[in-house]
Amino acid sequence: MTDEQVYLQKLLTEIKGETSQCALMEVCGTHTMAIARSGVRELVPPQLKLLSGPGCPVCVTAQGDIDAVVEMVKNPALTLLTFGDMMRVPGTNSSLQEERSRGADIRVVYSPLDALAAAGQMPDRQVVFLGIGFETTAPTVGATIQQAKEMGLANFSVLSLHKVVPPALEVIFGDPDIQMDGLICPGHVVAVTGIEPYRQLAEKAHKPMVVTGFETRDILEGIVMLLRQLRRDRAQVEIQYRRVVRPEGNKVAQQTLQDVFETDDCRWRGLGLIPQSGLKIRPKYKDYDARIRFEVPVIEDVPIKGCACGEVLRGLITPRECALFGKGCTPLQPIGPCMVSQEGACAAYYRYTPKKGRL
Amino acid sequence: MCLGVPGKITQIADNYVATVDVNGNQMDISIRLTPEVQLGEYVLVHAGFAMEIIDAAIAAETISYMEEMGWYDR
Repeated sequence: MTDEQVYLQKLLTEIKGETSQCALMEVCGTHTMAIARSGVRELVPPQLKLLSGPGCPVCVTAQGDIDAVVEMVKNPALTLLTFGDMMRVPGTNSSLQEERSRGADIRVVYSPLDALAAAGQMPDRQVVFLGIGFETTAPTVGATIQQAKEMGLANFSVLSLHKVVPPALEVIFGDPDIQMDGLICPGHVVAVTGIEPYRQLAEKAHKPMVVTGFETRDILEGIVMLLRQLRRDRAQVEIQYRRVVRPEGNKVAQQTLQDVFETDDCRWRGLGLIPQSGLKIRPKYKDYDARIRFEVPVIEDVPIKGCACGEVLRGLITPRECALFGKGCTPLQPIGPCMVSQEGACAAYYRYTPKKGRL
Repeated sequence: MCLGVPGKITQIADNYVATVDVNGNQMDISIRLTPEVQLGEYVLVHAGFAMEIIDAAIAAETISYMEEMGWYDR
Protein backbone atom coordinates (compact mmCIF):
# COMPACT_ATOMS: atom_id res chain seq x y z
CA MET A 1 0.00 0.00 0.00
CA THR A 2 1.15 3.55 -0.67
CA ASP A 3 1.58 5.99 2.19
CA GLU A 4 -1.66 7.66 1.12
CA GLN A 5 -3.58 4.38 1.28
CA VAL A 6 -2.13 3.58 4.69
CA TYR A 7 -3.16 7.03 5.86
CA LEU A 8 -6.74 6.71 4.52
CA GLN A 9 -6.97 3.31 6.16
CA LYS A 10 -5.96 4.82 9.49
CA LEU A 11 -8.64 7.47 9.17
CA LEU A 12 -11.26 4.86 8.33
CA THR A 13 -10.21 2.68 11.25
CA GLU A 14 -10.76 5.55 13.64
CA ILE A 15 -14.17 6.32 12.09
CA LYS A 16 -15.20 2.66 12.20
CA GLY A 17 -14.31 2.59 15.89
CA GLU A 18 -17.07 5.08 16.61
CA THR A 19 -19.80 3.32 18.55
CA SER A 20 -22.24 6.09 19.48
CA GLN A 21 -25.17 7.15 17.31
CA CYS A 22 -24.51 10.40 15.53
CA ALA A 23 -25.54 12.34 12.47
CA LEU A 24 -23.21 14.67 10.59
CA MET A 25 -24.57 17.05 7.98
CA GLU A 26 -22.92 18.67 4.99
CA VAL A 27 -24.43 21.73 3.36
CA CYS A 28 -22.64 21.87 0.04
CA GLY A 29 -23.60 20.18 -3.20
CA THR A 30 -19.96 19.55 -3.97
CA HIS A 31 -19.67 17.65 -0.68
CA THR A 32 -22.84 15.70 -1.54
CA MET A 33 -21.21 14.59 -4.77
CA ALA A 34 -17.80 13.93 -3.22
CA ILE A 35 -19.27 11.78 -0.44
CA ALA A 36 -21.45 9.82 -2.86
CA ARG A 37 -18.72 9.32 -5.45
CA SER A 38 -16.08 8.21 -2.97
CA GLY A 39 -18.34 5.64 -1.36
CA VAL A 40 -17.65 7.08 2.09
CA ARG A 41 -21.30 6.76 3.06
CA GLU A 42 -21.10 2.96 2.67
CA LEU A 43 -17.78 2.74 4.47
CA VAL A 44 -18.77 4.40 7.73
CA PRO A 45 -20.51 2.35 10.43
CA PRO A 46 -24.34 2.32 10.27
CA GLN A 47 -24.78 4.32 13.47
CA LEU A 48 -22.94 7.21 11.81
CA LYS A 49 -25.34 9.01 9.49
CA LEU A 50 -24.10 11.39 6.80
CA LEU A 51 -26.89 13.79 5.89
CA SER A 52 -27.19 16.28 3.05
CA GLY A 53 -28.64 19.61 4.10
CA PRO A 54 -29.76 22.61 2.05
CA GLY A 55 -26.45 22.93 0.20
CA CYS A 56 -27.43 22.72 -3.46
CA PRO A 57 -28.37 26.23 -4.63
CA VAL A 58 -30.50 24.96 -7.51
CA CYS A 59 -32.38 22.61 -5.17
CA VAL A 60 -33.19 25.25 -2.55
CA THR A 61 -34.50 27.75 -5.11
CA ALA A 62 -38.18 28.28 -4.36
CA GLN A 63 -40.70 26.97 -6.86
CA GLY A 64 -42.21 30.44 -7.21
CA ASP A 65 -38.81 31.89 -8.14
CA ILE A 66 -38.36 29.27 -10.87
CA ASP A 67 -41.84 30.09 -12.18
CA ALA A 68 -40.92 33.80 -12.18
CA VAL A 69 -37.78 33.15 -14.25
CA VAL A 70 -39.84 31.08 -16.70
CA GLU A 71 -42.25 34.02 -17.01
CA MET A 72 -39.40 36.49 -17.50
CA VAL A 73 -37.82 34.63 -20.43
CA LYS A 74 -41.05 34.88 -22.41
CA ASN A 75 -39.98 38.47 -23.14
CA PRO A 76 -38.66 38.24 -26.74
CA ALA A 77 -36.21 41.11 -26.25
CA LEU A 78 -34.32 39.16 -23.64
CA THR A 79 -31.41 36.70 -23.71
CA LEU A 80 -30.93 34.71 -20.49
CA LEU A 81 -27.54 33.33 -19.54
CA THR A 82 -27.42 30.74 -16.80
CA PHE A 83 -25.38 27.99 -15.21
CA GLY A 84 -26.39 24.67 -16.76
CA ASP A 85 -28.05 23.12 -13.73
CA MET A 86 -30.98 25.53 -13.87
CA MET A 87 -32.08 24.47 -17.36
CA ARG A 88 -34.02 21.34 -16.46
CA VAL A 89 -35.42 22.35 -13.09
CA PRO A 90 -39.17 21.89 -13.46
CA GLY A 91 -41.33 24.89 -12.72
CA THR A 92 -45.04 24.49 -12.16
CA ASN A 93 -45.91 24.53 -15.86
CA SER A 94 -42.61 24.70 -17.71
CA SER A 95 -38.82 24.77 -17.36
CA LEU A 96 -36.11 26.91 -18.96
CA GLN A 97 -35.32 23.99 -21.26
CA GLU A 98 -38.92 23.87 -22.44
CA GLU A 99 -39.00 27.61 -22.94
CA ARG A 100 -35.84 27.36 -25.04
CA SER A 101 -37.48 24.74 -27.22
CA ARG A 102 -40.35 27.21 -27.70
CA GLY A 103 -37.92 29.83 -28.97
CA ALA A 104 -36.69 31.72 -25.91
CA ASP A 105 -33.04 32.73 -26.17
CA ILE A 106 -31.45 30.93 -23.22
CA ARG A 107 -27.75 30.02 -23.12
CA VAL A 108 -25.62 28.08 -20.68
CA VAL A 109 -22.41 29.74 -19.54
CA TYR A 110 -19.56 28.85 -17.20
CA SER A 111 -18.91 32.30 -15.78
CA PRO A 112 -20.92 35.49 -15.25
CA LEU A 113 -18.15 37.18 -17.25
CA ASP A 114 -19.37 35.23 -20.29
CA ALA A 115 -22.66 37.10 -19.90
CA LEU A 116 -20.82 40.39 -19.84
CA ALA A 117 -19.02 39.47 -23.07
CA ALA A 118 -22.34 38.43 -24.64
CA ALA A 119 -23.89 41.78 -23.72
CA GLY A 120 -20.97 43.53 -25.45
CA GLN A 121 -21.41 41.43 -28.57
CA MET A 122 -25.19 41.86 -28.76
CA PRO A 123 -25.90 45.54 -28.12
CA ASP A 124 -29.46 45.16 -29.46
CA ARG A 125 -30.40 42.45 -26.96
CA GLN A 126 -31.15 42.70 -23.25
CA VAL A 127 -28.77 40.21 -21.65
CA VAL A 128 -29.75 38.88 -18.23
CA PHE A 129 -27.56 36.67 -16.07
CA LEU A 130 -29.39 34.37 -13.66
CA GLY A 131 -27.52 34.82 -10.40
CA ILE A 132 -27.76 31.69 -8.32
CA GLY A 133 -25.48 30.29 -5.63
CA PHE A 134 -24.17 30.98 -2.16
CA GLU A 135 -21.32 33.15 -0.88
CA THR A 136 -18.83 31.40 -3.19
CA THR A 137 -20.59 32.36 -6.40
CA ALA A 138 -22.21 35.64 -5.36
CA PRO A 139 -18.91 37.62 -5.26
CA THR A 140 -18.17 36.60 -8.87
CA VAL A 141 -21.56 37.95 -9.89
CA GLY A 142 -21.03 41.05 -7.74
CA ALA A 143 -17.65 41.69 -9.37
CA THR A 144 -19.29 41.26 -12.79
CA ILE A 145 -21.93 43.87 -11.91
CA GLN A 146 -19.19 46.26 -10.76
CA GLN A 147 -17.40 45.72 -14.05
CA ALA A 148 -20.60 46.29 -16.06
CA LYS A 149 -21.05 49.61 -14.28
CA GLU A 150 -17.46 50.63 -14.98
CA MET A 151 -17.97 49.78 -18.65
CA GLY A 152 -21.31 51.59 -18.72
CA LEU A 153 -23.02 48.55 -20.26
CA ALA A 154 -26.68 49.45 -20.71
CA ASN A 155 -28.01 46.08 -21.86
CA PHE A 156 -26.74 43.87 -19.00
CA SER A 157 -28.53 42.96 -15.79
CA VAL A 158 -28.68 40.22 -13.17
CA LEU A 159 -31.63 38.45 -11.61
CA SER A 160 -30.28 37.69 -8.15
CA LEU A 161 -31.54 34.53 -6.48
CA HIS A 162 -28.37 34.39 -4.37
CA LYS A 163 -28.58 33.16 -0.81
CA VAL A 164 -26.36 33.07 2.26
CA VAL A 165 -25.83 29.87 4.23
CA PRO A 166 -25.80 30.78 7.98
CA PRO A 167 -29.49 31.80 8.33
CA ALA A 168 -30.54 28.44 6.81
CA LEU A 169 -28.31 26.64 9.30
CA GLU A 170 -29.99 28.50 12.11
CA VAL A 171 -33.33 27.13 10.90
CA ILE A 172 -31.89 23.60 10.79
CA PHE A 173 -30.36 23.90 14.25
CA GLY A 174 -33.60 25.27 15.67
CA ASP A 175 -35.78 22.45 14.29
CA PRO A 176 -36.34 19.80 17.00
CA ASP A 177 -37.27 17.22 14.32
CA ILE A 178 -33.84 17.36 12.72
CA GLN A 179 -31.24 15.19 14.37
CA MET A 180 -27.84 16.62 13.62
CA ASP A 181 -24.80 16.52 15.86
CA GLY A 182 -22.04 18.12 13.83
CA LEU A 183 -21.55 20.13 10.67
CA ILE A 184 -19.21 19.55 7.74
CA CYS A 185 -18.88 23.23 6.77
CA PRO A 186 -18.82 24.17 3.07
CA GLY A 187 -15.14 24.72 2.23
CA HIS A 188 -15.50 27.19 -0.60
CA VAL A 189 -18.23 29.22 1.10
CA VAL A 190 -16.09 29.68 4.21
CA ALA A 191 -13.07 30.51 2.00
CA VAL A 192 -15.02 33.69 1.20
CA THR A 193 -16.84 34.47 4.45
CA GLY A 194 -14.23 33.34 6.97
CA ILE A 195 -15.15 31.31 10.03
CA GLU A 196 -16.66 34.04 12.22
CA PRO A 197 -20.34 33.46 11.27
CA TYR A 198 -19.85 29.75 11.92
CA ARG A 199 -18.09 30.35 15.24
CA GLN A 200 -21.17 32.23 16.42
CA LEU A 201 -23.47 29.47 15.20
CA ALA A 202 -21.38 26.73 16.77
CA GLU A 203 -21.43 28.49 20.10
CA LYS A 204 -25.15 29.22 20.01
CA ALA A 205 -26.22 25.73 18.94
CA HIS A 206 -23.38 23.95 20.71
CA LYS A 207 -22.46 21.91 17.63
CA PRO A 208 -18.94 21.15 16.43
CA MET A 209 -18.06 22.28 12.92
CA VAL A 210 -15.18 21.46 10.61
CA VAL A 211 -14.50 23.40 7.41
CA THR A 212 -13.72 20.59 5.02
CA GLY A 213 -12.24 20.17 1.56
CA PHE A 214 -13.51 17.97 -1.24
CA GLU A 215 -11.07 15.11 -1.73
CA THR A 216 -11.86 11.76 -0.13
CA ARG A 217 -8.97 12.33 2.24
CA ASP A 218 -10.37 15.75 3.22
CA ILE A 219 -13.78 14.29 3.97
CA LEU A 220 -12.41 11.45 6.08
CA GLU A 221 -10.24 13.92 8.00
CA GLY A 222 -13.23 16.22 8.50
CA ILE A 223 -15.31 13.35 9.89
CA VAL A 224 -12.51 12.27 12.25
CA MET A 225 -12.10 15.85 13.51
CA LEU A 226 -15.86 16.14 14.15
CA LEU A 227 -15.98 12.81 15.99
CA ARG A 228 -13.08 13.86 18.20
CA GLN A 229 -14.86 17.09 19.11
CA LEU A 230 -18.08 15.20 19.83
CA ARG A 231 -16.30 12.79 22.13
CA ARG A 232 -14.99 15.74 24.12
CA ASP A 233 -18.29 17.62 24.00
CA ARG A 234 -16.67 20.52 22.16
CA ALA A 235 -18.39 22.95 19.80
CA GLN A 236 -15.59 24.69 17.96
CA VAL A 237 -15.00 25.61 14.36
CA GLU A 238 -11.88 23.91 13.03
CA ILE A 239 -10.43 24.20 9.54
CA GLN A 240 -9.41 20.96 7.88
CA TYR A 241 -9.18 22.62 4.43
CA ARG A 242 -6.22 24.80 5.40
CA ARG A 243 -4.63 24.90 1.95
CA VAL A 244 -7.48 27.11 0.76
CA VAL A 245 -9.41 28.50 3.75
CA ARG A 246 -8.03 31.25 5.96
CA PRO A 247 -9.87 32.06 9.20
CA GLU A 248 -10.61 35.60 8.04
CA GLY A 249 -11.80 34.52 4.58
CA ASN A 250 -11.33 36.59 1.43
CA LYS A 251 -11.68 40.27 2.38
CA VAL A 252 -11.89 41.52 -1.22
CA ALA A 253 -14.73 39.09 -1.97
CA GLN A 254 -16.49 40.13 1.26
CA GLN A 255 -16.19 43.81 0.28
CA THR A 256 -17.58 43.01 -3.18
CA LEU A 257 -20.59 41.28 -1.61
CA GLN A 258 -21.08 44.21 0.74
CA ASP A 259 -20.80 46.78 -2.05
CA VAL A 260 -23.21 45.14 -4.50
CA PHE A 261 -25.71 43.23 -2.36
CA GLU A 262 -27.80 43.68 0.75
CA THR A 263 -29.52 40.88 2.64
CA ASP A 264 -33.25 40.47 2.36
CA ASP A 265 -35.88 37.94 3.44
CA CYS A 266 -35.86 35.02 1.03
CA ARG A 267 -37.85 31.85 0.34
CA TRP A 268 -36.07 28.49 0.32
CA ARG A 269 -37.53 25.24 -0.92
CA GLY A 270 -38.14 23.05 2.11
CA LEU A 271 -37.27 25.72 4.64
CA GLY A 272 -39.78 28.45 3.83
CA LEU A 273 -39.18 32.17 4.26
CA ILE A 274 -35.91 32.81 6.12
CA PRO A 275 -35.22 36.35 7.35
CA GLN A 276 -32.16 38.07 5.83
CA SER A 277 -31.08 34.97 3.91
CA GLY A 278 -31.22 36.33 0.37
CA LEU A 279 -28.90 38.70 -1.48
CA LYS A 280 -30.67 41.57 -3.20
CA ILE A 281 -28.89 44.03 -5.49
CA ARG A 282 -28.38 47.37 -3.72
CA PRO A 283 -30.17 50.50 -5.01
CA LYS A 284 -26.84 51.99 -6.19
CA TYR A 285 -26.70 49.17 -8.77
CA LYS A 286 -30.43 49.22 -9.55
CA ASP A 287 -29.78 49.75 -13.27
CA TYR A 288 -28.29 46.24 -13.26
CA ASP A 289 -31.14 44.62 -11.35
CA ALA A 290 -33.24 42.55 -13.74
CA ARG A 291 -35.98 42.28 -11.10
CA ILE A 292 -36.56 46.03 -11.46
CA ARG A 293 -35.78 46.34 -15.17
CA PHE A 294 -38.20 43.61 -16.24
CA GLU A 295 -40.69 43.94 -13.37
CA VAL A 296 -40.24 40.26 -12.52
CA PRO A 297 -43.40 39.09 -10.75
CA VAL A 298 -43.50 37.54 -7.28
CA ILE A 299 -45.17 34.13 -7.70
CA GLU A 300 -46.51 31.97 -4.89
CA ASP A 301 -44.87 28.60 -4.31
CA VAL A 302 -46.92 25.70 -5.63
CA PRO A 303 -45.66 22.46 -4.06
CA ILE A 304 -44.84 19.61 -6.46
CA LYS A 305 -47.26 16.77 -5.76
CA GLY A 306 -45.63 13.85 -3.99
CA CYS A 307 -42.16 15.38 -4.11
CA ALA A 308 -40.25 15.20 -0.83
CA CYS A 309 -37.32 17.45 -1.83
CA GLY A 310 -38.23 19.71 1.09
CA GLU A 311 -37.78 16.91 3.62
CA VAL A 312 -34.60 15.73 1.88
CA LEU A 313 -33.13 19.25 2.02
CA ARG A 314 -33.74 19.45 5.75
CA GLY A 315 -32.13 16.07 6.37
CA LEU A 316 -35.42 14.68 7.68
CA ILE A 317 -35.35 11.78 5.23
CA THR A 318 -32.73 10.35 2.92
CA PRO A 319 -33.55 10.38 -0.82
CA ARG A 320 -34.27 6.67 -0.78
CA GLU A 321 -37.08 7.24 1.73
CA CYS A 322 -39.01 9.41 -0.79
CA ALA A 323 -41.88 7.44 -2.36
CA LEU A 324 -40.99 8.76 -5.83
CA PHE A 325 -37.26 7.94 -5.69
CA GLY A 326 -36.30 5.78 -8.66
CA LYS A 327 -39.98 5.18 -9.49
CA GLY A 328 -41.65 8.32 -10.76
CA CYS A 329 -38.51 10.38 -10.30
CA THR A 330 -35.20 9.54 -12.01
CA PRO A 331 -32.38 11.68 -13.44
CA LEU A 332 -33.86 11.19 -16.93
CA GLN A 333 -37.34 12.22 -15.85
CA PRO A 334 -36.87 14.18 -12.65
CA ILE A 335 -39.83 15.45 -10.68
CA GLY A 336 -38.01 17.43 -8.02
CA PRO A 337 -34.89 19.60 -8.27
CA CYS A 338 -32.79 17.33 -6.01
CA MET A 339 -32.95 14.74 -8.81
CA VAL A 340 -32.29 17.32 -11.56
CA SER A 341 -29.21 19.02 -10.32
CA GLN A 342 -25.99 17.07 -10.78
CA GLU A 343 -25.17 17.80 -7.18
CA GLY A 344 -28.64 17.27 -5.76
CA ALA A 345 -28.82 14.68 -2.98
CA CYS A 346 -31.28 12.48 -4.91
CA ALA A 347 -29.22 12.51 -8.12
CA ALA A 348 -26.07 11.68 -6.15
CA TYR A 349 -27.81 8.79 -4.39
CA TYR A 350 -29.28 7.52 -7.65
CA ARG A 351 -25.93 7.48 -9.41
CA TYR A 352 -23.64 6.26 -6.70
CA THR A 353 -25.39 4.46 -3.87
CA PRO A 354 -26.07 0.81 -4.63
CA LYS A 355 -29.76 0.01 -4.45
CA LYS A 356 -29.64 -2.57 -1.77
CA GLY A 357 -27.34 -0.52 0.40
CA ARG A 358 -28.30 1.45 3.42
CA LEU A 359 -30.92 4.14 3.59
CA MET B 1 -22.17 24.72 -7.77
CA CYS B 2 -19.34 25.74 -5.44
CA LEU B 3 -16.91 23.55 -7.33
CA GLY B 4 -13.42 24.99 -7.57
CA VAL B 5 -10.40 23.75 -9.47
CA PRO B 6 -6.76 24.61 -8.81
CA GLY B 7 -4.83 26.42 -11.52
CA LYS B 8 -1.38 27.98 -11.81
CA ILE B 9 -1.10 31.64 -12.80
CA THR B 10 1.02 31.75 -15.97
CA GLN B 11 0.40 35.32 -17.08
CA ILE B 12 -1.04 38.49 -15.62
CA ALA B 13 -2.42 41.11 -18.02
CA ASP B 14 -4.19 44.44 -17.44
CA ASN B 15 -7.67 44.86 -16.07
CA TYR B 16 -7.48 41.99 -13.58
CA VAL B 17 -7.19 39.40 -16.35
CA ALA B 18 -4.82 36.49 -15.83
CA THR B 19 -4.09 33.24 -17.62
CA VAL B 20 -4.14 30.04 -15.57
CA ASP B 21 -3.02 26.57 -16.38
CA VAL B 22 -5.60 24.04 -15.25
CA ASN B 23 -4.39 20.50 -15.94
CA GLY B 24 -2.54 21.66 -19.03
CA ASN B 25 -5.41 23.80 -20.35
CA GLN B 26 -4.82 27.53 -20.53
CA MET B 27 -7.74 29.74 -19.64
CA ASP B 28 -8.29 33.41 -18.97
CA ILE B 29 -9.81 34.26 -15.63
CA SER B 30 -10.44 37.37 -13.55
CA ILE B 31 -8.24 38.10 -10.54
CA ARG B 32 -10.47 40.91 -9.33
CA LEU B 33 -11.22 39.01 -6.11
CA THR B 34 -7.55 38.09 -5.48
CA PRO B 35 -5.70 41.17 -6.76
CA GLU B 36 -2.56 40.37 -4.75
CA VAL B 37 -1.88 37.13 -6.64
CA GLN B 38 1.59 36.69 -8.14
CA LEU B 39 2.84 34.91 -11.24
CA GLY B 40 3.46 31.21 -10.54
CA GLU B 41 1.06 30.99 -7.60
CA TYR B 42 -1.80 28.50 -7.53
CA VAL B 43 -5.36 29.74 -7.21
CA LEU B 44 -8.74 28.15 -6.76
CA VAL B 45 -10.76 28.87 -9.90
CA HIS B 46 -14.54 29.14 -9.60
CA ALA B 47 -16.91 30.50 -12.27
CA GLY B 48 -14.09 32.23 -14.14
CA PHE B 49 -12.61 33.94 -11.09
CA ALA B 50 -9.64 33.22 -8.86
CA MET B 51 -11.38 32.92 -5.51
CA GLU B 52 -8.45 32.18 -3.25
CA ILE B 53 -4.69 31.74 -3.41
CA ILE B 54 -3.77 28.18 -2.51
CA ASP B 55 -1.13 27.79 0.17
CA ALA B 56 1.36 25.64 -1.71
CA ALA B 57 3.32 24.81 1.43
CA ILE B 58 0.25 23.32 3.09
CA ALA B 59 -0.92 21.62 -0.10
CA ALA B 60 2.46 19.92 -0.45
CA GLU B 61 2.62 18.78 3.16
CA THR B 62 3.24 15.09 3.33
CA ILE B 63 2.65 14.96 7.03
CA SER B 64 -0.99 15.74 7.47
CA TYR B 65 -2.72 17.78 10.07
CA MET B 66 -4.06 14.62 11.62
CA GLU B 67 -0.59 13.19 12.06
CA GLU B 68 0.47 16.41 13.71
CA MET B 69 -2.44 16.24 16.10
CA GLY B 70 -1.59 12.69 17.04
CA TRP B 71 -3.67 9.59 16.55
CA TYR B 72 -6.42 8.25 18.77
CA ASP B 73 -6.00 11.03 21.27
CA ARG B 74 -9.29 10.48 22.93
